Amino acid sequence: MSEALLIVAHGSHLNPKSSTPAQDHADAIRVAGAVDEVREAYWKEEPSLRNAFRTVTGDEVYVVPLFISEGYFTEEVIPRELRLDFDPDDWNSDGTSADVATCIPTDVDKTVHYCGPVGTHDAMTDVIVRRAETVTEDPDVGPGVGLAVVGHGTKRNENSAKAVEYHADRVRDRGRFAEVRALFMDEEPEVDDVTDFFESEDIVVVPLFIADGYHTQEDIPADMGLTDDGRDGYAVPTRVDGHDIWYAGAIGTESLMADVILERAADAGADVTTHDSTAALADGD
Amino acid sequence: MSETDDRPTPAEALREAATDGVDFDGLRVTRDADGFHLAVPGARYEGLSADEFAEAVERHCAYAENWLFWHQYAPQHPPEWAFLRWVEHADEVSVPERHDRIRHSDGGLSREWGQLAVSVRAVEDGRRRYDLRHVDEADVDRDALTTYTDPYEARRLRKTDDDGDYRPLSTAPTLAHGWAFADLDPDAVVRAVEGFYPATIVNWHREREGNLDVTHWHEAVSRQTGIYGVVRTWDRDEGHDHVNWVAEACCADSQCLKRREWAYDDETPLDVDGGAGVFPCREPCSMVVATARTWTRLESEQPRTYEFDLTPSEKEQIEQLIDAVADGRVDEIRDGDTSDGANRYRARFLRAKLFDEQGNLCGVPTDGPDA
Repeated sequence: MSEALLIVAHGSHLNPKSSTPAQDHADAIRVAGAVDEVREAYWKEEPSLRNAFRTVTGDEVYVVPLFISEGYFTEEVIPRELRLDFDPDDWNSDGTSADVATCIPTDVDKTVHYCGPVGTHDAMTDVIVRRAETVTEDPDVGPGVGLAVVGHGTKRNENSAKAVEYHADRVRDRGRFAEVRALFMDEEPEVDDVTDFFESEDIVVVPLFIADGYHTQEDIPADMGLTDDGRDGYAVPTRVDGHDIWYAGAIGTESLMADVILERAADAGADVTTHDSTAALADGD
Repeated sequence: MSETDDRPTPAEALREAATDGVDFDGLRVTRDADGFHLAVPGARYEGLSADEFAEAVERHCAYAENWLFWHQYAPQHPPEWAFLRWVEHADEVSVPERHDRIRHSDGGLSREWGQLAVSVRAVEDGRRRYDLRHVDEADVDRDALTTYTDPYEARRLRKTDDDGDYRPLSTAPTLAHGWAFADLDPDAVVRAVEGFYPATIVNWHREREGNLDVTHWHEAVSRQTGIYGVVRTWDRDEGHDHVNWVAEACCADSQCLKRREWAYDDETPLDVDGGAGVFPCREPCSMVVATARTWTRLESEQPRTYEFDLTPSEKEQIEQLIDAVADGRVDEIRDGDTSDGANRYRARFLRAKLFDEQGNLCGVPTDGPDA
């Protein structure tokens, strides 16, 4: 029995950077030799989800959605397009606790372990902290500093906010940052008013988005007042209303995300060869 | 299967395999109480000792090396194996001729796969190495191209065209130039081809094996939900002209190199050509579904009668403008060529003359008093 990892991501018809995190993390996992076979598939790019399993040679496939939250894509679109006999109840999730469901696709003779999204894995909390360290170039960032974990938020899916609040709570519980808040692009509390929510002069803003694109590069920076026109870019940090805003860009591009993908697969039973950073993650949490 | 340093020679490998028997591409090898038996087209040896067998293998090394490559070094996953066999025309060219041709760079064997040129040549023991290029650059000096060795880089090369514009459809006939993959091993060339044209090898193989699972338009749009669920409503009327138009717009060879095998449903073929591509398209892709969403909205409008006063040349110019955009010809039209209706000055003149301040053609509002 050979094993394969299939990373599934949204992709885009407009934004070439949309698939970059999936490709980069797949390459990192491949180079590390962590699993026998690594493939990617996309909703909007190729290979399509519909053609995904036939591009895989392994008999046991671990499918890890490179998505932030549980919801429409992880529960409906991905399993339908992958032709899995999946029922969201198989995950028995409270909105952030999906782990794995074992399914049989209808178009190929393989066993599929359909994992919860990377965004709700506990290891994502470490990635958020790592992101704060890299954007401030301070490995000890935290004391005296506020951290805003920013999500898309949507009234159509309460799990979208849950994933963001889940990690914000976990970072707060560690007591490392002076203040931690979950903020949103499309619901209250809104990231537009970021400085209203913090006493600390320095605020690190980490958007829980998979890829850099319009939302993370133009929309949110403009909403926060980092720039008049997002297309012109923004400074890190930017001074806004007496605060220094350290805006990190999409968390999905952080290299440590590759480890979260592997942890998802390992939790589902994949024979993942642990390398250094994976071990460090496990120790740190 | 990976290549290792302690590779068996063809004779060693065949000796090992003889007990179970070998029958491949004209080579037959068996072993029984009388010794080894070997046959190739035009020659037959019976009851050979191990040394005699090694000599016979050496004499017919083309067959032996060919067998060794396809069973020891080529990827054994059936679609990939079949693809590499196709690349060197294994079904049409005899073993000795292939053996000869892949040893000589000028007489090598190659195939076109979309806009890719895949060529094969032999190194030692019949092992193959592959070069991959844009078809337009198959004969270009290698120094003039940027050479890549990591096959996974093909995924990045496919993302943009020669102008640096994003290519969301991998099989659009706009593959960028200027790169070359050289000396790829059999596994790597498959990965590179799949990097440029994902899932094409496996669906081509399924088609050859007679089990391509085609999903037709009606079934494909029927399963859509969310923002694409609206496309289902486009199928409410009888007829399938709208799908003909979609296929003509999106799936012609000028737009996509896959050969469309899907129709309206399994009883209703489309009236437009599916294309001549080597690899099939098994269902409407995400680009087609996304564009169909736009058309579903636009096509829900009812036609109205507008009245415009145009000279005959102006009517023709509007037709030429639409043609130029539809055929992707706009960038080719020279500034000085005012005979072309899609020339920029001609278009600007038409706009200056016929549009009012609100941008209405001939001053006729879109939502007029009769709307």
